[in-house]
Amino acid sequence: MYELAVIGGGPAGLAAAFSAYQNGLKKIVIVERDRELGGILNQCIHNGFGLHRFKEELSGPEYAHRYIEMLNDTSVEVKLDTMVIEITPDKKIYTTNPSGYEMIEAESIVLAMGCRERTRGAISIPGTRPSGVFTAGAAQRYLNMEGLMAGSRVVILGSGDIGLIMARRMTLEGAKVLACVELMPYSGGLNRNIVQCLHDYNIPLYLSHTVTEIRGTKRLEGITVAKVDENRRPIPGTEMNFECDTLLLSVGLIPENELTRAAGIDMDARTNGSRVYENMETSIGGVFACGNAVHVHDLVDYVSDESARAGAAAAEYVKGVRHKSDCALFENGYAVTYTVPQKLHKDTKAEKIDLFFRVNKVFGKSRIIVSSGDKEIAGFKRQFMVPGEMQHIILPVDKLREFDSIKISAEGEEK
Amino acid sequence: MECGKMYDVSIIGCGITGSAIAYELSKRKLKCVVIEKENDVAMGATRANSAIIHAGYDPAEGTLMAKLNVRGAELCKELCEKLSVPYAQIGSLVLAFNNEEIQTVNMLYKRGVANGVKGLKILSYEETKAIEPNISKDVTASLYAPTAAVVNPWEYAVALAETAVVNGVEIILNSEVTGIRKSGDAFEITAGNKTIKTKYVINAAGVNADEVHDMALPHSFNIIPNKGAYYLLDKTEGKRVSHVVFQCPTKAGKGVLVAPTVHGNLIVGPNAIDSDLNDTSAKDTDLSFIRGTAVKSIPSVDFRANIRNFSGIRPNSDRDDFIIEANGGFFDVAGIKSPGLASAPGIAEYTVRLMEENGAYFELKENFINTREHVRFNTMSHEERAELVKKNPLYGRVICRCETVTEGEIIDAIHAPIPARTVDGVKRRCAAGLGRCQGGFCGPRVLEILARELKVPRESIEKDRAGSYIVRRRED
Amino acid sequence: MTELTCIVCPVGCRLKVDEENGYAVKGNTCKRGEVYGKNELQNPTRVLTTTVAIEGGTHGRCPVRTNGAIPKSKIFEAMDVLKKLRLTAPVRCGEVVLKNILGTGIDVIATRDM
Repeated sequence: MYELAVIGGGPAGLAAAFSAYQNGLKKIVIVERDRELGGILNQCIHNGFGLHRFKEELSGPEYAHRYIEMLNDTSVEVKLDTMVIEITPDKKIYTTNPSGYEMIEAESIVLAMGCRERTRGAISIPGTRPSGVFTAGAAQRYLNMEGLMAGSRVVILGSGDIGLIMARRMTLEGAKVLACVELMPYSGGLNRNIVQCLHDYNIPLYLSHTVTEIRGTKRLEGITVAKVDENRRPIPGTEMNFECDTLLLSVGLIPENELTRAAGIDMDARTNGSRVYENMETSIGGVFACGNAVHVHDLVDYVSDESARAGAAAAEYVKGVRHKSDCALFENGYAVTYTVPQKLHKDTKAEKIDLFFRVNKVFGKSRIIVSSGDKEIAGFKRQFMVPGEMQHIILPVDKLREFDSIKISAEGEEK
Repeated sequence: MECGKMYDVSIIGCGITGSAIAYELSKRKLKCVVIEKENDVAMGATRANSAIIHAGYDPAEGTLMAKLNVRGAELCKELCEKLSVPYAQIGSLVLAFNNEEIQTVNMLYKRGVANGVKGLKILSYEETKAIEPNISKDVTASLYAPTAAVVNPWEYAVALAETAVVNGVEIILNSEVTGIRKSGDAFEITAGNKTIKTKYVINAAGVNADEVHDMALPHSFNIIPNKGAYYLLDKTEGKRVSHVVFQCPTKAGKGVLVAPTVHGNLIVGPNAIDSDLNDTSAKDTDLSFIRGTAVKSIPSVDFRANIRNFSGIRPNSDRDDFIIEANGGFFDVAGIKSPGLASAPGIAEYTVRLMEENGAYFELKENFINTREHVRFNTMSHEERAELVKKNPLYGRVICRCETVTEGEIIDAIHAPIPARTVDGVKRRCAAGLGRCQGGFCGPRVLEILARELKVPRESIEKDRAGSYIVRRRED
Repeated sequence: MTELTCIVCPVGCRLKVDEENGYAVKGNTCKRGEVYGKNELQNPTRVLTTTVAIEGGTHGRCPVRTNGAIPKSKIFEAMDVLKKLRLTAPVRCGEVVLKNILGTGIDVIATRDM
């Protein structure tokens, strides 16, 4: 019997396990399906990680390495190459690997399965089905870990960070990246990545455009790109043809929660992750969730912070701390798509809580308003807010306790 | 291939029809070869269709289609059990939305009874709603056919073809037939760079059956390729319906259906438009038509759960019925449009009888092997899995996380009697890459396993058809 | 006056650099942003991250990066140099795999154990 089982050995799982250890747990196991720890960081060889967490700029593998080193000096056990098949509400975990199919039991569980990429199907791109259409992450794995190139003439659909990073990476490796195409009127990635991945290499970014046709019966031969109207419908007559052998899709990430759903944990339809309290506890007591399995983060540093809170909360749970059911709910107000956490234990000992959310509009000078009914509880000024960047506010718990429902909304200059 | 070897029977085309005929013939003492132009079996209409075993109330009384559909559906159930093919007899509903359609439903009922379909019932709205709660409130009545089923069409064809191979039938892949010459009592078939001598020819060439016919005989029919597109939705939508839900058929076909698949997904489609032979593209107009039509039956289908769109080509013909005819030693099995998948074993039985009537009689074997093992980790109990992994550790390593497919199952597919040689070939045999991530995670691992097992470099592994390479080696 | 997006951290401050006035930087919210703004118009530099071939490792490629920024104009030349490099396992995270690339004074380091 373990005190804590952490499902997933990526950045979220590593930070949760380390934090639980620091908070006094000794019998901790990390179950990881891949053959090594680190998760997706292993293929994210670019720099830009760790500025918040370590105050220096690291590559993905270096960031993972820091945590793996930290865990090396602990009693945390690691099961690699091991898939979790099922988690039951009473915390039985069925796992499989070549040495055996077994059930392990734990007093607490942290769900840290990360996320997966949206595919061509999720956006229904019309056309044929040749090879050469990859999710950006799959192409990244081939290139950075296996030394295999996805192709030589490339178009990228989606300007999320993975797409932008791959535009630069494929260019450096000798491919011709013809264009980066974005459905929305703004990029989904960080501005710095637009500069250093697209502008640096003269790769055009087509905003408010999408891929309307895929051609080729064997290998991809070409695609059509068209401008879209304000309802994101292609505008006839604006079509451009690109001859290319590769289309990379960077069209969003979806939290991986098949295990969570099967365990009967309450889900948030907006995040596709579990609904969590301020301590990252799910609807099943003693089962916590963190990282991209809860909501898709922009920065791994935030994943680590959030996961450390989940690990610490798991340690509290094992030590016998139980919360009363009295809770406050966070509501999505104007221009707010979701919040994490969704719920607050009113009897939490924490003085402050971290609240994350995303807006669905582009704002210039603006305010974040925390309110309940007509009463404004707190306000935060922002110079700008964009959907691509997660917002973070810190709220004092004392000011929240008296309310059952707390609304987060945005107001200001809309662009 | 042995030089100068004479085959008794050559089957051109290894879709579901060719596979079923090969299976039926492999029960007999003969030398048989199947010639396929693609790099795998089940690459034409068999790879992209509704995956439905129709009950048999659609085809007009007295047609071959009526007779063979009912017989085929009956045989399919037994075959899937024997050959370990995913199959579920979930029944179907044809929904009526107005008085005219109620008449159609009544007509289908009578037709079904005449065709010998068992258990048909006409249900009221309330009765329909009771067994299929998500139907539209505009439904007025329905035809319920309990014998309709869903199947995995790829595995069905692969299982039949593999059993044929286990029983001595040869398969030649990557060999397009370009000429057929009568030579005395026999035929000489040119396929790729080979010449195949054979006493009898069976033309099961799907959308190319008219061309193949014309190589040997005077022109007699035209294939009219007709395209249908589909949505395949994630398992979160898989329980939206529990039967195959049709609308009333029209001249264009059986219309847009909504059905669970054997893998637990939801399939929605198809439309029907005339097309080119090889045009398997799904157009925006196809997809919006399907969405708009499907929600008339099941308004709550959530298309945001889509994981894949695809299209298939129906080998329709300029005749109203299947074309199964003898011309000397040349047998056409052509125009096998819907319900072709459901009819396949019936078609095979009928074709072999037709051959016998035309002098091609072969004695039955005593030692016919009529079973096929297939390990499916995903559907096992915890105890069965533990036992399996103990016996072979490779069944303990999950490669495809969406469909829970293990390395052992992938290796089984690669070393099967008709071996998987491509990433999609693996998918068709053991479902790796079929799920919600569409091979995003397992694709590189499957590629690695294929390359390792076949002892070839990874860049030579293809996704699907010949020429569909996946990756290139870096230049350094 | 040139407008730039700062790339030193994910905040992405919008900078204004006045070439006529000693490359004075406005709009930055930290010291690093000022340095970036000044350099970007005079001698732009970038950290290069890529992979190099490795024998005997858990993967065929080992991720590496320059341990400081190198001139932007030398990025492709640096890639050519690194394409020819062959490592042998084991390497340690942080180990220098190539000293002073292209005479820039900057070393290339491995970014994981392998």
